[in-house]
Amino acid sequence: MNWVRAKLDQARKPFEPGEKYEKFAPAINAFDTFLFTPNHTTKKGAHIRDVVDLKRTMITVVLALIPALLFGMWNTGAQYLYQERGLASVMDVPFWDAFIEGAILVMPLIIVSYVVGLTIEFIFAIYRGHEVNEGYLVTGLLIPMIFPVDIPLWMLALSVAFAVLIGKEAFGGTGMNILNPALTARAFAFFAYPLYMSGNAIWVHEGSTDAISGETILGSLASGQYDGSVMGSAANSVAFAAPVEEASVLSNISFDDMFYGTIPGSVAETSALLVILGAIILIATKVGSWRIILGGIIGGLAMGAIFNFFGNLGNDFITNLVESGAITLDQVYNDAGAVAGLGLSGWDATLMELGTNQLINFPFWQHMVVGSILFGVVFMATDPVSAAQTFKGKWIYGILIGFFGIMIRIFNPAYPEGIMLAILLMNVFAPTIDHYVVQANVGKRKKRLKKAQAQLQTA
Amino acid sequence: MSKDIRIRKGLDLKLKGEAGHKLVTAPRSSVYAVKPPDFHAVVPKLILKEGAAVKAGEIIFYSKYDEAVKFAAPVSGTISEIVRGAKRRVMEVRIQADASDTFYEHGSMDPLQADPTAVRTRLLESGCWPFIIQRPYDIVAGPEDTPKAIFISAYTSAPLAGDVDFILKDRKEAFQAGVNALSRLTEGKVHLCIGKKSNLSDIKNVEVHKVKGPHPAGNVGVQIHKLDPINFGEKVWAVGAEDVATIGNLFLTGKFDAVRTVALAGTEVAEEKRHYYTTKIGAKVSDLVGEVNTQETRIISGDVLTGDQINNDQYLNYYHNTVTLIPEGNEYAFLGWLPFTRNDVPSISGTSLSWLTGGKSKVNTNLNGEERALVVTGEMEEVMPMNIYPMQLIKACMAGDIESMENLGIYEVAPEDFALIDYVNTSKIEAQEIIRLGLDLMITEVG
Repeated sequence: MNWVRAKLDQARKPFEPGEKYEKFAPAINAFDTFLFTPNHTTKKGAHIRDVVDLKRTMITVVLALIPALLFGMWNTGAQYLYQERGLASVMDVPFWDAFIEGAILVMPLIIVSYVVGLTIEFIFAIYRGHEVNEGYLVTGLLIPMIFPVDIPLWMLALSVAFAVLIGKEAFGGTGMNILNPALTARAFAFFAYPLYMSGNAIWVHEGSTDAISGETILGSLASGQYDGSVMGSAANSVAFAAPVEEASVLSNISFDDMFYGTIPGSVAETSALLVILGAIILIATKVGSWRIILGGIIGGLAMGAIFNFFGNLGNDFITNLVESGAITLDQVYNDAGAVAGLGLSGWDATLMELGTNQLINFPFWQHMVVGSILFGVVFMATDPVSAAQTFKGKWIYGILIGFFGIMIRIFNPAYPEGIMLAILLMNVFAPTIDHYVVQANVGKRKKRLKKAQAQLQTA
Repeated sequence: MSKDIRIRKGLDLKLKGEAGHKLVTAPRSSVYAVKPPDFHAVVPKLILKEGAAVKAGEIIFYSKYDEAVKFAAPVSGTISEIVRGAKRRVMEVRIQADASDTFYEHGSMDPLQADPTAVRTRLLESGCWPFIIQRPYDIVAGPEDTPKAIFISAYTSAPLAGDVDFILKDRKEAFQAGVNALSRLTEGKVHLCIGKKSNLSDIKNVEVHKVKGPHPAGNVGVQIHKLDPINFGEKVWAVGAEDVATIGNLFLTGKFDAVRTVALAGTEVAEEKRHYYTTKIGAKVSDLVGEVNTQETRIISGDVLTGDQINNDQYLNYYHNTVTLIPEGNEYAFLGWLPFTRNDVPSISGTSLSWLTGGKSKVNTNLNGEERALVVTGEMEEVMPMNIYPMQLIKACMAGDIESMENLGIYEVAPEDFALIDYVNTSKIEAQEIIRLGLDLMITEVG
C-alpha cells in the first residue's frame, strides 16, 4: 500500500496549509481518510485510544442495513415481475430476474441520494472548514430504503436536499440535528408529494390496483379490505369471519410472508427477519441502543394489546347482538341502515365500531411484522443524535415510540404507517425526556446537599 | 462500620508491558527538578536563586497566593538552573545533586500526641503539604481548611500503573505514622481504600474499605463518590499512598525524604528493565529509561491514561509513580475503519473483536480516527461508575455554564475520572482537558 500512500501524499500537496487549494482540504481529506486511517497521534488526555471512530461506527450501521437492502432489491423486482407476469406466487419469480430487476430500480435511488447528499455535505465542510462527517453514509442509504420504489428521482433529490439543508445543516451539522435526517426526507416527501408517497398503487413498481395491487397490508386493513386470513386469535374470529365486501387480493398473504418480507412496501422495510438480523448486528457491536430497540418493541406490543383488548370487547358485543338475533353478521358489516336502526348510542356504538375496526383487531404481535415499525425502531429510532441520550431516557423514548407508532397506525386510517410520525414526534421530545432524567439526578444531588447542610447545622 | 466498594461500570485495559515485582535502587540522577506546573493553580515565588546550595527538604519556593504552602527540594545540592517558559513562568527548578543527601532536620514528632496545629505546621514547613490534594478542583489543599474527610487510595486499577501494595510492602510503619498525622487534620474520618489482598488491612486510625471492580475503581474520586460524596462548599482531601509514607517518615525521622518508587512499564522498555525503581521525586527520566528515540517511542510520566508526555531531558512529575514507554503510533492504517479489523486494540465497542481474542495488547499512541462532533451516546456512561451524567457535564463545561456544572456534579470529579472517557469516546474529544478547564473556571468564578 506504500505506493498508494505516496500517490495520495503527492495529490494532497496543493491542499496543504498555505498552498493554492488549502480551502478545499476537507474534500481531499475525506478521500484520504477513507482509504487510510490517519497517522494522527494523541497530544493531550489519554495517550492511547480505542480503535472505534465515527467512520467505523457508521460503516457498521451500513453493514447492518445491507441484508435488508439486498432483500429489498430482490423483493422490489419480485413484486413487480410477479404482477407483470401474472404468476401465482412471488416466489415463482426466478431469483436473479427479480434481483437484477430490483437492483435496476433501486440503485438510481441510492445513487441520487448519495450524490445529492454528499455534495451538500462537502460544500458545507469546505464552507465551514471542518472535516466531512460520516453521518451521511447512513442517512444516504436509509433514505432510498424508506421510499416507494417509483418515487421520481427529482423528488427524491429535493427531499434529500431538504433533509440535509434544513434538517441538519441549519442546526449546525452532524451531531446537532434535532430530527432524524432520513425521516425528515421522508416526511418532506410525504407532505410535499402525497400522491407519490401514500396510497394503494405506489408500493410496487408500476403498481396497478386493477391487476394485482401494490397495496400494503396496513393500507388494506385501514380501508377494511383485509379478510383476516392470517389471524390467529380465536377472540377475533367473529369479526374476521365476516364477509368482506370485495375479496381482498391479499388474502393469500401468510404470517411467514410478512415475517420474511415477500410483501409490498417501502424498498427495504418489509423483511422482519432481516431487520432483526440488522438489529443483532447493531446490538452486538454496541452501535445501536438495545434499550431503544427493546423499548420500541415493548411499547408497540403494549399499545397493540390495549387496542386488542378493546377490540375484543367490541367483538363480544357484536357476538351477543348476532346471537340474540337482533342483527345478522352480514348486516353488521354491510348494512349501515340496519345498524343505524338498532338505535345504538354512546358506549354501545363505540363497541360496535371497535368490533368492526380491522386495525384494532389485528393481533398485537403481528403489528411487529407489518409496515415499517420494526425497521423504524431498529434503524431510525436508534439514531443517537436525535434520540434520547441518557440510559433511562432511551427506555422512555423507545417505549413511547412503539406506543405512539401503533396508536397513529390505528387511529389514522389515512396514513396507517404511524412509525415515522411517532419517531419524529419523539425526536422533538427526546431533549425534554433527557432534561427530566438529568433533573432527577440534579435533584438527588440537591437533596444530598440539603441533608448535609442540615447535619452541619445540628452539629 | 466500614463499607466496601464494588463497581461494575468501567474498563480494565489489559496491556502488555507490566512492571515485574522486583525492587531495584535506581542510579542517582545528577540533576533533579521540581516543576511548578505539576501543582495546578500554584504560582511559585522563588526563595532561592540559581547557584544557591540546598539541603534535601529545604524550601525552595512557596505559593504566591498562599504563602504557607511551601515546596521543598527532593535532594541536596545546588540550584543549577531555573527554567522559565512564556511570560517568565517558572517551569522547572533544577538541582544539581550532591553524591548523597544532606537533610534539613525538623526533629521527630508523634502526631498522635502532638497538637493538631503543630502537625499542620510541620507538614507546611517541611514541604510535605503539597502531597495533600483538595477535592473539589484537584488542587493543592488550602492550609487553613479543615476537610470533612481524608481519602487514601491504596488500590491500583489504572493500566500498567505502579502497584501500591508492592510499593508499600516495606514501608508499613511509615505509612501508619502518615495516617496518624493525617488523622489529626480532620474532624471527620480518614478513609483507606485497599484491594482485596492488600497487606494494609490492619492499619489503624482509619476506616478501611475494600475495593473491587474495573478501572477507575482505584481512582480516589470514585471512592469519595461512593463513600462520602462532596457537596457544594465541602472539601475532601486525598493523599497518594506512597506520599502518606513519606509524610509518616517525616514524623518518624524528622526528615523529608522524597523517596519515590517508580514502576517502569510499557512494551518499549526491555523486559529485563521492567521493574520497580527506588528513586527520588523529580528524577531525570533518562537516568531511569536511558536515551530514547522520542520519534518512535513516547515517554509518559504517569500511566497511559492520565500521564504527561515528556522528553529525555525532562523529569518525573511530582506525583507520579509510573513511567510508561509505548510506541508512537504515527502510522497510517489502510482501510483502518473497517469493522472487525485491528482487533489488537482493546475496545469497548463491539466493532472490534478484541473481546474475543482476549489477552494483553500492545498499544500505541495513534488516535485511531479523527476528532468529530459528539454523535454516539451511552459509551461514556459505560465507563463512568459515578452517579454523574458525563456527556452532559462535559457539554456544560464546554459551554462554561457554571450553574449546570454545579448541578451535574463538577465538585465531585477530577480530570483523571474522565480518562477512560478519553479512551473510549468515538468522537475523540479531550474529556480530561475539558473537565480541567471547567474546574479552572469554577476556581475563578466560585472559588
